[in-house]
Amino acid sequence: MKRNPKELDALYRRTGRRALLVGGLQLAFAGGLALRMRYLQVEEADKYRLLAEENRINIRLLPPARGRIFDRNGTILAENTPSYRVVIVREDAGDVAQVVADLGRLIELDPQELEDALEELERSAPFLPVTLADRVSWKDISRVAVNAPALPGITPQVGLTRHYPRGASFAHVVGYVGPVSDYDLSRIEDPDPLLRIPRFQIGKTGVEAKRESLLRGKAGARRVEVNAAGRIMRELDRREGEPGADLQLTVDADLQEYVHARLQGQSAAAVVIDCENGDLRAIASTPSFDPNLFVRGISVADYRALLEDPYRPLAAKAVQDTYPPGSTFKMVTALAALENAATTPEDTVYCPGFLEVANRRFHCWKRGGHGHTDLLKSLEQSCDVYYYDVALRVGIDRIAEMARKLGLGERFDLPMSAVSGGLAPTREWKAERYGKDWLIGDTANSAIGQGYVLASPLQLAVMTARIATGRSVTPRLIRSINGVEQPTGTGVSLGLNENNLRQVRRGMFAVSNNRRGTAFRSRIAEKELRMAGKTGTSQVRNITAAERAAGVTRNEDLPWERRDHALFVCFAPFDAPKYAVAVVVEHGGGGSRAAAPPARDIVLYALYDGMPPLEAYPEAERSRVKAQQERIRREQRRRATVRGDRA
Amino acid sequence: MSYLEYRVQSVPTGWRKILHLNWPLVVLLMGVAAFGFLMLYSVAGGSFRPWAEPQIKRFVLGLFVMFSIAMVPIWFWRNVSAVAYLGSLALLVAVELFGSVGMGAQRWIDLGFLRLQPSELTKITMVMMLAAYYDWLPAERISRPLWVLVPLVIILLPTYLVLRQPDLGTAILLMTAGGGVMFLAGVHWGYFAAVIAAVVGLVAAVFESRGTSWQLLKDYQYRRIDTFLDPSSDPLGAGYHITQSKIALGSGGWAGRGFMQGTQTRLNFLPEKHTDFIFTTLAEEFGFVGGASLLALYTLIIIACIVTALGTRDRFSSLNTLGIAITFFLFFGVNMSMVMGLAPVVGVPLPLVSYGGSAMLVLMAAFGLVQSAHVHRPRQK
Repeated sequence: MKRNPKELDALYRRTGRRALLVGGLQLAFAGGLALRMRYLQVEEADKYRLLAEENRINIRLLPPARGRIFDRNGTILAENTPSYRVVIVREDAGDVAQVVADLGRLIELDPQELEDALEELERSAPFLPVTLADRVSWKDISRVAVNAPALPGITPQVGLTRHYPRGASFAHVVGYVGPVSDYDLSRIEDPDPLLRIPRFQIGKTGVEAKRESLLRGKAGARRVEVNAAGRIMRELDRREGEPGADLQLTVDADLQEYVHARLQGQSAAAVVIDCENGDLRAIASTPSFDPNLFVRGISVADYRALLEDPYRPLAAKAVQDTYPPGSTFKMVTALAALENAATTPEDTVYCPGFLEVANRRFHCWKRGGHGHTDLLKSLEQSCDVYYYDVALRVGIDRIAEMARKLGLGERFDLPMSAVSGGLAPTREWKAERYGKDWLIGDTANSAIGQGYVLASPLQLAVMTARIATGRSVTPRLIRSINGVEQPTGTGVSLGLNENNLRQVRRGMFAVSNNRRGTAFRSRIAEKELRMAGKTGTSQVRNITAAERAAGVTRNEDLPWERRDHALFVCFAPFDAPKYAVAVVVEHGGGGSRAAAPPARDIVLYALYDGMPPLEAYPEAERSRVKAQQERIRREQRRRATVRGDRA
Repeated sequence: MSYLEYRVQSVPTGWRKILHLNWPLVVLLMGVAAFGFLMLYSVAGGSFRPWAEPQIKRFVLGLFVMFSIAMVPIWFWRNVSAVAYLGSLALLVAVELFGSVGMGAQRWIDLGFLRLQPSELTKITMVMMLAAYYDWLPAERISRPLWVLVPLVIILLPTYLVLRQPDLGTAILLMTAGGGVMFLAGVHWGYFAAVIAAVVGLVAAVFESRGTSWQLLKDYQYRRIDTFLDPSSDPLGAGYHITQSKIALGSGGWAGRGFMQGTQTRLNFLPEKHTDFIFTTLAEEFGFVGGASLLALYTLIIIACIVTALGTRDRFSSLNTLGIAITFFLFFGVNMSMVMGLAPVVGVPLPLVSYGGSAMLVLMAAFGLVQSAHVHRPRQK
């Protein structure tokens, strides 16, 4: 086809024009791109630089070492021990199934733990370590370490776990730690980011929980560079955290362990308080449990066994349970009456075995009655009628006032779980609680520590210490924090008449030193250390008139849970009170028989700061005491061996 | 135009042709490729493997291909245009039937030594076909409707096949480049105005109808359009690329963070860092200075092509060269707009810089055609 050159020329020019137009558009677009680039890279550079840093830098928390807990002599009660675990990194392992099978031949793997680990392995990034076995013994971990070349991707690691070398003896006081639960997080308003660390443990009960903020410490942090998948490329810098504070308790571990051994087999509680400064030397509840089980994660079966045990091992009975104080309350009634001049130490009351109050017969524990009874005799032989009579004269308000003065009905601020306030009832309290008027019979019941009156073993010990010193002794559990001594609970004078106090103390002395005293058998033979005490037996059941007529069933013939609680409070030495002790044996029967002997043993152990010599005991008791001391020594040796193995 | 119409005597022959190559263009291409080698070396963490070394080899091969094509007279290439076009259409059909699936789309045929992407090839053969068509078409017919329909078919056939793969980026490239060649060939501007008006009208209608009783698309289709147009509405999905890419770009600043110091790239925050998103690495490590330099090189290549096209009175040569320039421009224009967050993410590589065999070889072959047009341009006495 021939072309017209003119036409071609026109076409050529048109194409040329359009090419310049298109070229111009392209250049304009390129210019636009350059402007956009300038905007992003020059004007917005700082913003994007920051975003890039945020992308790249991650802050990882370093958990601080938890503060340790010591007893008053520096014996360790809660420590952080290295625990070994075996971890696997998927990308290094290659054939995971093969490596795990090899490992299984080397050490024993828990099937449940293994299954969880394999599941986690599937989900997590290939470079993240996954724990295959936790709390591996030193022997097993060395075995893994030696065979490391044959186990690609498997590494032994060391971490810290909480350990309680004194085990059950301090389970209720120190408490235990456990992994953070959703419930814990919901309770805390501004949760420490530490709590989000997997497997981080916080205090669940006892001092561990109540002084969590002190013990936890401050988190450290390290800034790391991570890639898009979250893998750490390198560490940029590192700031170590602050370890938690070390706490020293006032408790004497040796005494505490002795108390546990002495009360073994009974559902009981005992508190030893230093009369001088309120230091709690022992605060024991039996039976107990091994807190280490909870740190590890207790099995359902073990936990159910603890829950269903009728002796309630989980309860810190010494502070959280309250009991009718029974006759141990009589000092309160007596002091209230003396202070308010409702009676004098010399006044006597005639006890025929009962007192008619508002057409109801209030019985004395001794059916035949005590005859003419003065203050000393009323305490020594625990005459109920004397106290009915005195109480009706002084009135419930004064009694309640005296009870509170002596620490009953007051909730002491101890760092333990569920510390109870007990109850010193008044007219107002009953009106509010039950909407009923206070009856004269209520006063009679309260006078002998029955009815509405409730006190914890801790409160009874405080009451005894206050009677022994006349000061408002307050219990103290934390002796020092990081070596800084905490204020003591020495207290100030209660403002009670010293003569009245002396009369009451004399009565208590008679209880355990006069031949007719209810705790004469549990006296201390060593003259320098003689103690003053008071027995108590608190009824769990109501004795009906019919039952009384037919003859009251003996405690021993009742099922355990319907027997009386046995109580005993004491202080020693009588001349210069050092320790006050309260013992409650749940459903133990009479106080003189079930509670006074262990209380005496405990106070002696505290005074001698070790196993008391047999000479301290009355001769008739010695052979029995000797056998018992042998048993406890064996138990102490056994525990020491167990600890020695662990250390 | 027939062979005889060229003034054969004035066209250099034999090895002398080498002297008449468009050497500035060769230097510009080498400069761009050098940027590519540098970045591929960097994203591999300072290693020639796995990307820089094969890329260098392919570029050397590409140079050889370019020189070989340049040695052959342009009229030969014009005469085989139709064959090349039909051949690449056949390959597109073959890929549809036997192709391997990569990145969620059927794109290549494995030839053993090379993974051939027919869609890359088609970009050039279609331009050749259109240029040859307008070279043949008498001037008075250019704007006649029937003769406008023919190039539309030439464009839409491969576009349809590419869309089926699906490869939206290449489809857009083909249509725009084809339309560009038609415009340059002198088709009446009224057609383009009508098409643009129709497209604008349709898009407006689609968006206007949203939420009304005569809604044209389903709700989920609108939502897909939304994320396509505004990736930041889906920051971990479609938006992730763009967000991270903008962070990389912006954090580069004026002079960049230094060679191999780009944290975004090195720590894998950027996906496809060696292919479609390689520009972000350049911009992060060499900053605005580096990015603008590459853009300047690209622009100079376009100018060199336009100069060549305007310097020849051979219609096939000039239309083909301009078509190739448009294709090349669309490559880097779309890619850069995408990484700068100006355009939705469609898979278009950065020409001669991104890692990839087919694209590099096809582009070098195209520049061979440009060189051939330059060498064999009709000389005036």
